[in-house]
Amino acid sequence: MHAPNTSQKEKALAALTNVPATPGVAKPDPIIVANNVVRQFGGLTAVNVEHVEIQRGAITALIGPNGAGKTTFFNLLTGFDKPNSGNWTFNGVELAGVPPHKVARMGMVRTFQLTKALFRLSVMDNMRLGAKDQIGEGIIRSLLPFFWRNQEAEITLRAEELLRRFKLDAKKNDFAAALSGGQRKLLEMARALMVEPELVMLDEPMAGVNPALTQSLLEHIKDLREQGMTVLFVEHDMDMVRDISDWVIVMAEGKVVAEGPPESVMANPAVIDAYLGAHHDLTLEEE
Amino acid sequence: MRRHLARVLLAIVASLWFLPAIPAHAEGESVVISGTMIDPNKSPIANVEFTLTAPDGSTQTTLSGVDGVWQFEVSQTGGFIVEINPESLPSGVGLREPDRLTRSVFVFNLNNNPAAVQYLTGEGPKRASLGERALQLTLDGIVLGVTIGLAAVGLSLIFGTTGLTNFAHGELITLGGLGTYFFNAYVGLHLIPSALIALVLTLVIGGYAQDQFLWKPLRKRGSGLIAMMVISIGFGLMVRYIFLFFFGGDREQFLQYAGQAGLQFGPFSITPKMIIATIIGIILIGLTIVWLTRSTLGKASRAVSDNPALASASGIDVEKIIMVVWILGAFLAGFAGIMMGLNQGVQFIMGSDTLLLIFAAVTLGGLGTAYGAIVGSMVVGLFVQLSTLVIPSELKYVGALFVLIIILLVKPQGILGRQERIG
Amino acid sequence: MDFLFIFQQAISAAIGVNAIIYALAAIGLNMHFGYTGLLNFGQAGFLAVGAYTVAVLVVTFEVSIWLAFLAGIGMSILLALILGIPTLRLRADYLAIVTIAAAEIIRQVARSVSLREYFGGSDGITGKFGADFFALNPFKAGLDTPILRFTPNDLWVVLVGWLLVAIFVVLTWAIVRSPWGRVIKAIREDEDAVRSLGKSVYLYKMQSLILGGVVGSFAGFVYAISRQSVQPDNYSTALTFFAYTVLILGGAARVLGPVVGSIIFWFLLVFVEQILRQAVANDIIPNWLLNPNQVGQIRFILVGLGLMLLMIYRPQGIFGDKKELALNARA
Repeated sequence: MHAPNTSQKEKALAALTNVPATPGVAKPDPIIVANNVVRQFGGLTAVNVEHVEIQRGAITALIGPNGAGKTTFFNLLTGFDKPNSGNWTFNGVELAGVPPHKVARMGMVRTFQLTKALFRLSVMDNMRLGAKDQIGEGIIRSLLPFFWRNQEAEITLRAEELLRRFKLDAKKNDFAAALSGGQRKLLEMARALMVEPELVMLDEPMAGVNPALTQSLLEHIKDLREQGMTVLFVEHDMDMVRDISDWVIVMAEGKVVAEGPPESVMANPAVIDAYLGAHHDLTLEEE
Repeated sequence: MRRHLARVLLAIVASLWFLPAIPAHAEGESVVISGTMIDPNKSPIANVEFTLTAPDGSTQTTLSGVDGVWQFEVSQTGGFIVEINPESLPSGVGLREPDRLTRSVFVFNLNNNPAAVQYLTGEGPKRASLGERALQLTLDGIVLGVTIGLAAVGLSLIFGTTGLTNFAHGELITLGGLGTYFFNAYVGLHLIPSALIALVLTLVIGGYAQDQFLWKPLRKRGSGLIAMMVISIGFGLMVRYIFLFFFGGDREQFLQYAGQAGLQFGPFSITPKMIIATIIGIILIGLTIVWLTRSTLGKASRAVSDNPALASASGIDVEKIIMVVWILGAFLAGFAGIMMGLNQGVQFIMGSDTLLLIFAAVTLGGLGTAYGAIVGSMVVGLFVQLSTLVIPSELKYVGALFVLIIILLVKPQGILGRQERIG
Repeated sequence: MDFLFIFQQAISAAIGVNAIIYALAAIGLNMHFGYTGLLNFGQAGFLAVGAYTVAVLVVTFEVSIWLAFLAGIGMSILLALILGIPTLRLRADYLAIVTIAAAEIIRQVARSVSLREYFGGSDGITGKFGADFFALNPFKAGLDTPILRFTPNDLWVVLVGWLLVAIFVVLTWAIVRSPWGRVIKAIREDEDAVRSLGKSVYLYKMQSLILGGVVGSFAGFVYAISRQSVQPDNYSTALTFFAYTVLILGGAARVLGPVVGSIIFWFLLVFVEQILRQAVANDIIPNWLLNPNQVGQIRFILVGLGLMLLMIYRPQGIFGDKKELALNARA
């Protein structure tokens, strides 16, 4: 499991070596390209991204002080919020105005900052829900089990495998409400994988996770890259960002202010400025 | 109700008395069904058209004379139906009960006294001039808008600070109206002290006590918003029928100022009591806005609406704000009840009947914003009244609710509503 | 006091037409509120649309009753679409306000003087519009036991009514355990999570609204056929709130909740009412305290109080278990 680990990581790093560390720089093989995405709330501009590209097959971190517009940008990219202007593509397909469920079906699946475990559904049902193109989800065919029984069995098998990987298999028949906060994060990530995404977008995957689980969560994220998925995540924990990301994009006051490999970005005076400058007027609204 | 019952009993007794004595079809005899049309200024109205439908289905039509008298001669027994043609009323005169165009008359025998049928008239739409009607309806709309607005501000503030969609808010209106009636008619006080006592009662019982003993404990338990909404439905239903239990189902008028004549200002006609009540209502709404924008408590209440957790973290006593908002909301709704009582009398369902209009107003203005609620109320008030220019007045509430649905379709966040943030 | 009579009345109510109507109305609400989390406060509107479509088509236009049933189903689907299109994308309370408003619109239009020639105004429509249905009645004799008394026609309505209840219960059972049911339950828990997994939340909510609305229109059919008349004020918001009480009493999101709830609801309601009536009639309760007219009002006070207490102390229904209560507490 760890042998190919280095190969995928090296491939990602190799592709990004010659990319200059300037905001809005073009990438050799972008999965997402966004142009002039602007979102205003009242008079406040929450997001104003001129140009940004996300490299396929890499783990990209999106960082920035509170109120920088990271979560809003996530919401915009995934169709959960509508921008005032701007356009963006996923695999070359124009996504502006596409509703969130269609975005997800195209292979771009997100998680949420505040975990959204479906409490009164079992862990297994949470997982099964993620599977795409289910025959039994049609209102008429749902009444005729022989149409969907086989597919349901396949889905269950796949869900069990993922639950084993995320060490949740012992809990599969419990209500999701019975899980701990960290387990819910794991469940949400595992559930997102049931959609078989190309791009996984994680909104603060470490928030509220107890330190004992942090390491395994990190391994899971690295694992996604090894399986050929692209990962974009929002995070505050700098150690984690340094540890797992191949590329870092920094947002402040809605704009992309810096990007580059983790070590160089964290040494960038503009980034330090953005963090220190913003710390004086910390806003609570994103918490 | 009781009077109606008495009439029915009388009719039954009368029929038992007369039927055996006189054969049902006495030949060559007849009975006169008649009435007199007079306008609110006591002048007779000529040329009003009436239609009579006989038990055998035949109809005849007549017009009132210059003395206002109209009559039908009938020569069969059974149930007759008289119907007035409201279109034939002169400009500026309308029926006191525009929805009751027909009267049933039962002719038991043909020796009976003439059967009198009465149609009361009142201020009516002036068909002659659409413009004049529109002006009068605009005034009526403002009065209705202020009434709804008083209740809507409270509903909106409570929703903003606690998240509760209160389906029992209408009962605060009823408490204000019926409370006033209680001290006025049962205790025997003059209307003005009765209204003051009822307002105090409404804000203490309906506002303070309701919050402290029902909603505060529920918030403490961490009840969900939907659960609380359903609880408010149950509470409203219970309170409404407790009112019915004690006060009966009739619409009652206050003892003073009941039959006040309208004052005429150019095209506008309005009673002095409604002028005063509406002005007080506008002042109360104005004071509420000043309170929300200027006072510490008011500003704090807006902070709580925006973000309870943040407000709490910055040292605002959220529970105290909620208590104040409940007291204020109950007081304003209670006054709305008194206004409605002055205008159309009090009844146990007066509040719940208005609740949907209040919801419409609050939704139109954007859920949870006090200003939106006021603007929404004026829109609803004006719309309800002005819509009667084109639709039958019995359907005017339907029009308002229909427009609510249309506006939600076009502009879901309401007229003044803010767009929501996700995530 | 005549306890046999009281008991007979209560039992008749518990298995009679009212229990059927409310069980069906609540089965529809269970789909909306219990499984999908939709706050439909206009279930009375779906019943009214079903009942009036049948009455108007059969009495005024002399259409066959079977076609009228089909039209009634069609009308309830149309109503669901009209309600759903503007509101299902919005926050839950908007649907609540719009549905309650729509049900009132339907009632007020139905009772309006201007449209009396179609809907009969506040008197509604009375006529033998169930003739085709009663022609199929196999019962030549009614039921006449010390406890239960039904005329042949009542017996036929009750039998077909409970059959309908059984069909919809089985249908609910089958559909909520399917992948479709999984999606709507997930929507009840968190819409955004479901969206993020690639499901069209709007489509599923609409399907659920239609499904529950159609079951509601069947309640309307039973209402109209059993009484051979429709009256607008029978379809007021009180009907919807009673149906919610029935649902919460039996347990929301339980397949049998609405049925159990309706039986208990009507048993208790009539039991208490009859005891009070007898107590008043026999001067056990003095007339100044409670007169015969007021007994009917007590029903509403009790239902209101019952709904409150249930929602506060047993939101999971009287048979629900503690485990679910704990999960419910945060919702």
